[in-house]
Amino acid sequence: MLMISPKMASGAQEKQFTQSLLSFFIYNPTLGPREGEEEKKILFYHPSEVEKNEKIRNVGLCEAIVQFTRTFCPTKPAKSLHTQKNRQFFFEPEEHFWIVMVVRNPMIEKPNKDGKPPTIEYQEEEILDTVYGAVVRQCYSMYKLFNGTFGRAMEAGGVELLIQKLEKFFYRYLQTLHLQSCDLLDVFGGISFFPLDKMTYLKIQSFVNRVEESLSLIKYTSFLYNDQLIWSGLEQDDMRILYKYLTTSLFPRHSEPELAGRDSPLRPEVTGNLLHYGRFLTGPTNLKDPEAKFRFPKIFVSAEDGYEELHLIVYKAMSAAACFMISASVELTRDFCEQLDSLVGPQLTLLASDICEQFTINRRISGPEKEPQFKFIYFNHMNLAEKSTIHMRKTASVCLTSVHPDLMKILGDINCDFARVDEDEEIIVKAMTDYWVVGKKSDQRELYVILNQKNANLIEVNEEVKRLCATQFNNIFFLD
Amino acid sequence: MKLTSRCLRCVQAELRAWWLKGRMTKAALPSGTSSLGGKNGFPLKKGSEPNIQTILMFCSRMDDRGEVKCIKFSIGNKILAVQRTLKSVDFINFIPDYPHTEFSQECKTKNASVLGFCWTSWNEVVFVTDQGIEFYQVFPDKRSLKLLKSQNINVNWYQYCPETAVILLSTTVQGNVLQPFAFRNGAMTKMSKFEIELPVVPKPAKLSLSERDIAMATIYGQLYVMYLKHHSRTVNSPGAEVVLYHLPREGICKKSHVLKLNTTGKFALNIVDNLVVVHHQSSQTSLIFDIKLKEPECAVNTHQPVLPARSIHPYRIPLSGPAAVPTQPPVPCQLYSSSWSVFQPDIIISASEGYLWYLQVRLPPAVRLLQDKGKLMDFLLRRRDCKMVILSVCSQILEAQENGSLPVVATVFDKLNQVYKEYLEAEQSYTAAVESGPTRGAAAQKRPVRTQAVIDQSDMYTHVLSAFTERKDVSHKFIIAVLMEYIRSLNQNQITVQHYLYELVIKTLVQNSLFYMLHQFLQYHVLSDSKPLACLLLSLESTYPPAHQLSLDMLKRLSTANDEIVEVLLSKQQVLGALRFIRSVGAHDNVSARKFLDAARQTGDQMLFYTVFRSFQQRNQRLRGNPSFNPGEHCEEHVAYFKQLFGEQALMKPSTV
Repeated sequence: MLMISPKMASGAQEKQFTQSLLSFFIYNPTLGPREGEEEKKILFYHPSEVEKNEKIRNVGLCEAIVQFTRTFCPTKPAKSLHTQKNRQFFFEPEEHFWIVMVVRNPMIEKPNKDGKPPTIEYQEEEILDTVYGAVVRQCYSMYKLFNGTFGRAMEAGGVELLIQKLEKFFYRYLQTLHLQSCDLLDVFGGISFFPLDKMTYLKIQSFVNRVEESLSLIKYTSFLYNDQLIWSGLEQDDMRILYKYLTTSLFPRHSEPELAGRDSPLRPEVTGNLLHYGRFLTGPTNLKDPEAKFRFPKIFVSAEDGYEELHLIVYKAMSAAACFMISASVELTRDFCEQLDSLVGPQLTLLASDICEQFTINRRISGPEKEPQFKFIYFNHMNLAEKSTIHMRKTASVCLTSVHPDLMKILGDINCDFARVDEDEEIIVKAMTDYWVVGKKSDQRELYVILNQKNANLIEVNEEVKRLCATQFNNIFFLD
Repeated sequence: MKLTSRCLRCVQAELRAWWLKGRMTKAALPSGTSSLGGKNGFPLKKGSEPNIQTILMFCSRMDDRGEVKCIKFSIGNKILAVQRTLKSVDFINFIPDYPHTEFSQECKTKNASVLGFCWTSWNEVVFVTDQGIEFYQVFPDKRSLKLLKSQNINVNWYQYCPETAVILLSTTVQGNVLQPFAFRNGAMTKMSKFEIELPVVPKPAKLSLSERDIAMATIYGQLYVMYLKHHSRTVNSPGAEVVLYHLPREGICKKSHVLKLNTTGKFALNIVDNLVVVHHQSSQTSLIFDIKLKEPECAVNTHQPVLPARSIHPYRIPLSGPAAVPTQPPVPCQLYSSSWSVFQPDIIISASEGYLWYLQVRLPPAVRLLQDKGKLMDFLLRRRDCKMVILSVCSQILEAQENGSLPVVATVFDKLNQVYKEYLEAEQSYTAAVESGPTRGAAAQKRPVRTQAVIDQSDMYTHVLSAFTERKDVSHKFIIAVLMEYIRSLNQNQITVQHYLYELVIKTLVQNSLFYMLHQFLQYHVLSDSKPLACLLLSLESTYPPAHQLSLDMLKRLSTANDEIVEVLLSKQQVLGALRFIRSVGAHDNVSARKFLDAARQTGDQMLFYTVFRSFQQRNQRLRGNPSFNPGEHCEEHVAYFKQLFGEQALMKPSTV
């Protein structure tokens, strides 16, 4: 699928094409080691309509590159291959299993006079390895969340099962990849935490503990508000990918009916004499429906002995969402769901309005939100906390940023520089468009600031960032 | 409930002998003796025991003066009053150096007979006659009395509450209109009278309200008149009731509480620890009522017994004295005997056995009898000796670990912390008042009393939580949930959480390797910042590296821990970082150069050493106009090292400008 977004450049009839997914394939060289059996290596290939021999050729090429580069550094095989027209990313998530993503470079088509074919200019340097490398890893993590490892499928049903699972998962998943809007945030893969006062937080703790106690089947619980995380019973890495799924896929899919208003299914449920707005986002849409199925998506999370398989119940009341995870070995019944609904619904509704109230109070105390002079992205590697004033609310289809892609590219470049060394450092860049871009790294934290003060000098910019740190990040240890 | 005779043991023999001699039979016990053992009755309390000898001596001396109707000491055992006739009362001084000869006072009202008398202070006495009351002041030195005030009113009988100095008179033909009078500092106040609703109005009218069915007592600091309303066949009621009339100092007396006895028969009342105890003779059991305990299923002021009916704990009379043989078993005492006389607030006298007991409430059995833990806590928190019982209840709830016990735990914590918070607030406002000086009404404010119901964090920690978290058979999930619930409850009551509770949480989390959970708690500042906590986190770094960042953040927020931050950074060999930090907080001028130079040298990085060294030379230049170090800074070794590395000429020279 070619993503084309023609832009009218000044005067000339230029056509600009953004980066797009050219192909995506998964192979395992050990599955077809003999000549003539090369096709067996290929577990998944997108686009599927590509001719067989070309598939084999492409896979073979990747295999060769990886093998070749290994001779230089056996521990770190090649991660990407830059060519004029495209860029390839290699990732070996499990031994011998390779995922390859080929992205076509952005290009500009300049029409030529005299009826000659237009010249195409590839912008080879526009794509960041870190960003798309992260995208490939995310693809795998997402697959693993819902299917477990490749190895697991192989054990359970051999290559056939794995191929089937990959087909089923990636066919849909690749359609949701929007390569042109991937940026620094994908590198971080962070979690946005909901700012909350201690007391309300403790109330949520209390709620989670009580629910887990009375419905002892529940093994883990996570709690989100406004698509931001408040509590995770899962370990950090599992939560990271689950969070990604919830905020970029599940919640956006369900937010549309809420926004639609009149015809929304959001009518308060009455349990006993309590009014509540709770409903299941996974599983049954209507508990009262006699035909309702009590099937929930299953997810795989890490456990002491490898991984464990869990039912994922996502239950939401107003802006508060609770994820309950129950061992997949348990059959979930109507009884259980009704019990959960009647227990959690009213409490969650109450909590949601509590949080909302607290949130408005806090906002009022901190004063009306002024449009700041600067925009920033903050990320902490320790708890994966991310905060961005650059990004608009993510929706299912696009992730909007409020700054020019060029600036986002600078942020990405600074990030690459940071990744190279362990020391704390600070980088200040003046962009072509007169913006100042500042990157700061302190211990495990990174902060990127974009300042819109074209007349400011270096010292003023430095002062401005110090001020920002003092106001926005006064409660953490940030070296100047 | 149990009986104690602890204050009496030594006087037991004498009193018993005295009673059994028939000098003071039960019939002769005047109603005024309701204060027996109280403030102005017999000097039965410890410390005043020698007086018993005096009384006995005195009694033996006045044998021939007629039968003693009533005998009472004034408050503080200063003056003894004796009534032998219906007309007069005799007084004897018990104050050293005062004349000991008796003096007498006849009642002023003509043809009136004295029903009794009551002491309202050490030298003020009230005569109650069938025609009214007379309020006197006694002058022991002059051996005379002065009438302060009197009031004419027809009296059937009277009751006296020594704690509040209130006399209650039964008036009218039926006797059910009660007129209270209050006495204080020589003043007599007529309080508003009130009428007791009789179950049956007799025709023709006759005295229908017996003094036996009325008692006065202070419950939770308020004076109440308790009326034992017997079951009547004509009215459709399941049993007798105790009706409480609240008697405020000012204002109208109102019927305030109804205690349902749900049975019939002979009853007696006591007040122990603000509980109304109703003894039922035929079933030999007692019922306990707490008027502060709200009963949701009852009408506003109707109360059912808190606990099922139980008997008083059997009491055995230890045989003591010279006649006692060690092998002889103690004799069990007959409980609920018909020879018992009950006096307010908590006295029971067994005339046949010659014992005077104080009634006590034993709390531990209540724990088993009251299933509703919230109600149990409400009940226990109002009791005097409740602390250990409450703490053991907390432990029990946590040990039982039944499904769904978390909400119960939460309720119990909330109730405890409510009381705890009220105490802290009172203490705080008292301290504030004291600090603001005596001018602004501080004198009026009393230092709040810390009752046993105030269960603070260290109590909970020592007696409940620390042992609970050690338990191996309890899931860590439940332990953490309980600790969080306690912390939540403290926070909800705006009580500052002590760091040892946080340490308990951290310890439990670390033991179970729940580091991510810990991280989240810290992220939301559930575990409040403190230096000890920051240090604890630092110590976790080897098992959980992010603890380092958490600890530094915490030290930063404390804003008083800059030295610690420098130490942490230097120990991580982040010398430049430490230097930049100390500059940013403006403390660069005061830090020890040696500490930084030591750290810089240890890194083995010569350029780093150079930078740090030069930075301090510049500081010296700025501060003292000379780049060299003071001898007191002990940097000679580093200066030498610097010279060795970079040569003499690299040293900064004093600027000549």
